[in-house]
Amino acid sequence: MASHFDVKRQRGFAAVAMVCFFLLYLPIATLVVFAFNAGSSLAVWEGVSLTWFMAAWNNSAVQEAAARSFAIAVIAATIATAAATMAALATTRTEPYRGLTFKYAFINQPLMVPEIVTAVALLIVFSRIKAWTGYSGLGFIVAAHTAFCIPFAYLPIRARLENMDLTLERAAADLYATPWRAFRRVTLPLLWPGILAGFMLAFVISLDDVVITEFVKSGGQDTLPTYMLGQLRRIVTPEINAISTIFLAISVLVVTLFFFISRRKV
Amino acid sequence: MGQLGVRERAILAAGQTAIEAKGVTKQFGAGQDAVKALDNVSVSIRENEFFTLLGPSGCGKTTLLRLIAGFDFPTDGEILLYGENIAPLPPYKRPVNTVFQSYALFPHMTVAQNIGFGLEMLGKPRAEIDRRVSQMLQLVRMEELANRRTSQISGGQQQRVALARALAPAPKVLLLDEPLSALDYKLRKDMQIELKRLQNETGITFIFVTHDQEEALTMSDRIAVMSKGKILQIGSPRDIYDRPSVRFVANFIGETNFLAGDVVSVEGASAQVRLASGGTIAAGLPEGLKPEGHVTVVVRPEHADLVKSGGTADLRGTLENIVYFGTDTHYYVKLDGGETFIIRQQNAHGGGAGHKPGDAVGVALEANSAQVVRD
Amino acid sequence: MLSAREAAENARRQDVRNRWLLSAPSLLIIFFAAVGPLFVMLLYSVMAKGDYGDVKLWQFSADGWFGVFFQRDIFDDTLALNDAHVAIFARSVKLSLATTLITLLLGFPTAYFIATRSERSREIWLFLITIPFWTNLLIRTYAMQEVIRNEGVINTALLKLGLISAPVQMMYTDMGILFGMAYVYLPLMVLPLYASMERLDFRLVEAGYDLYATRLKVLWRIIIPMVKPGIIAGSILVFIPSLGAYVTPRVLGGGKNMMLGNLIELQFGQGRNWPLGAAISITLMAIVMVALLFYVRNASRPGARHG
Repeated sequence: MASHFDVKRQRGFAAVAMVCFFLLYLPIATLVVFAFNAGSSLAVWEGVSLTWFMAAWNNSAVQEAAARSFAIAVIAATIATAAATMAALATTRTEPYRGLTFKYAFINQPLMVPEIVTAVALLIVFSRIKAWTGYSGLGFIVAAHTAFCIPFAYLPIRARLENMDLTLERAAADLYATPWRAFRRVTLPLLWPGILAGFMLAFVISLDDVVITEFVKSGGQDTLPTYMLGQLRRIVTPEINAISTIFLAISVLVVTLFFFISRRKV
Repeated sequence: MGQLGVRERAILAAGQTAIEAKGVTKQFGAGQDAVKALDNVSVSIRENEFFTLLGPSGCGKTTLLRLIAGFDFPTDGEILLYGENIAPLPPYKRPVNTVFQSYALFPHMTVAQNIGFGLEMLGKPRAEIDRRVSQMLQLVRMEELANRRTSQISGGQQQRVALARALAPAPKVLLLDEPLSALDYKLRKDMQIELKRLQNETGITFIFVTHDQEEALTMSDRIAVMSKGKILQIGSPRDIYDRPSVRFVANFIGETNFLAGDVVSVEGASAQVRLASGGTIAAGLPEGLKPEGHVTVVVRPEHADLVKSGGTADLRGTLENIVYFGTDTHYYVKLDGGETFIIRQQNAHGGGAGHKPGDAVGVALEANSAQVVRD
Repeated sequence: MLSAREAAENARRQDVRNRWLLSAPSLLIIFFAAVGPLFVMLLYSVMAKGDYGDVKLWQFSADGWFGVFFQRDIFDDTLALNDAHVAIFARSVKLSLATTLITLLLGFPTAYFIATRSERSREIWLFLITIPFWTNLLIRTYAMQEVIRNEGVINTALLKLGLISAPVQMMYTDMGILFGMAYVYLPLMVLPLYASMERLDFRLVEAGYDLYATRLKVLWRIIIPMVKPGIIAGSILVFIPSLGAYVTPRVLGGGKNMMLGNLIELQFGQGRNWPLGAAISITLMAIVMVALLFYVRNASRPGARHG
């Protein structure tokens, strides 16, 4: 019996919440558990083994796709973070000026349109460019990823900038720092956690993308997610679970880091 | 009084103007929404002076400070630093430093790095920077905290670091934007004395912005009282307190009684005024005012005495209320003309003047205590 | 020498110019690889379809747009409603609305539960919601497949318990797609709901109890009206990606139970009808824009309460 009347309590809400958390983690837990299955079944447990991790590790298609995914994510996230940092500096801490709303809308546009629509639009344009130029390298995937990573990188950087004390830069200017030196010595160091957080978000978003990559890629340019999507059409073995588990571990790691970095004060 | 006067005379003798604002106007917004934060303000501040801009929030005092620092450009007018117009220069080209209200210490640097920042930006050699930083740490008595992060020190210590940082490049003028407002009462009192000491030791011109009249009166050589974008009166603390020239100044600083009256005659800097509630008194005149007809006269509550009705009384009325304040007692007198007059009397030991509410009483004004003000 | 007013004007103009230069890289990248292609697609939707995919450039035709809802009879050339397409539009809208409703019913109590925890444990619960949110959508869909397929966890468990004698078919049904979408989009509902509940002023709830409201009435008359912006935001955030879902219906719905996303893909793949695919894409985008507009109009009236 509670010692006081709890105004926050609503009957059954805690139970529903527990069911929710259970439902959220049941499929993920099942997936991870069966990655360690000794047999090839995804429903019958036959003992613990790392067979499927070894299989995935030695699968050259997986190796290539993983390396490609990683390279694309690093390049796209780096370019997107640099561009988003500049854009955030250009769109915060100012009186409204002509074009500011336009910039907000433009930068956030990739978030507003369903991915499949962007994907086929890119297919149309890029296939034409590929035909004209004869170039069909990874540049197209990188460009597409960079574009949809920008709004994600922009978000935490802008938030950080808006919470930053403008008087710090005034103080630097007052103490004889030119605008560039004030930026290098004061703004950038204080903005750094936001930039790092933005990079991590962009990295995870790029690493996870299926739809746009599926439509933009040329032959033999599978990333890990598109490789997995292809595999799901066939007889699935716990190898997919093993790949997913590693993928999951990387995502969780990056997101955890993001969580702590974006909460750091200075 | 004598000491302050001497110091003032010394400043007057030194005489050189450090900062001069000439017809400075600052307008925010445009068209119908335009707001004049500063309206044709002119003031000159002398070298080595502790000059205070005093006024309620929104009076334009911080705007004037920001224009001198270079964070804003004036809409009109000039700002001269030793005769040179600095109004179009960006802040990093002005030999003027600021102590910010929020201190604005760089959180990613140590105390010493903060203090050395300005010298570093000026391109001074490392050895000189180090020497100057330790000199500054000594000046503000913070030697042992040199390598702390600014987030690891107390509010009062942050205040000292902000001062040291602004003083380190030896600016020609130091601007202080309500630097004591974040401190608690006791610390504020200590810092007032500390600021005064620093100004004496460094010999730098201080321009201090505050809304706290007591702070202004205790620290300044001269005060400019501002309201609605204009400077109403400039003078020494004693001038401002004893000889307010404008109704707003008299009202903003300390407690004041306002009395209505009519001018009988004017001779020099004094006028004979017949009061609505009593006799005729001599009242001082602000510079340049030649009043006629209806005027307002001000008298400070401590410059009046409660006396028996009739006889020497300048004003007559009924005692309404007596409020005991520990060090002194306030008497509220309803004058025959309808106004309420407040008298403040220091409490003598075991005293008690024997007046009761409801008594018919008189009010005697001290000689030279009344002053005519502009409305 | 410059006057102060000119210096101020120059500084302002230079500031705006610098701000355009700084935003140029982002704007150019997004123009090249996101916004620009949408306009090209608009152009493609009014051209004649090529024989092997693509279009016949600069040969204009309205066939693409006609094909969205209509079809021409092969024999007598009459126009008739394209039942298959209408059914897919209807299924997409129906499944998206159902997904929104399920996630709201599950997400509301969950967000409320998190928002009423102590400051410290709140962060842990929130973190538990964030993890699936940032986990690859494909992996989560695949995980769901492992749970609901005939040999999956649910059917195996039910069979072993003797509750059913044959596996319940969930894969390749609308129900399967619905489960999958509700699962992958649940965090999108919880997060904005939580954001609005976190700011809830519980003194108002106290006032409600003080004025004789029961728990249910406090929920209905005080809490729900106050977190309405969060409910709308969460619903929009779930509805929009559901409507454009591609991966989940492809994996869990098989080839038959298509949604709009799969219909679009079909036109660019086996269908070889790019103008039609472009027209359907633009139609989908238009529906999304309407939903967003609805959101903006409601979000900009924070005082609006339902009665």
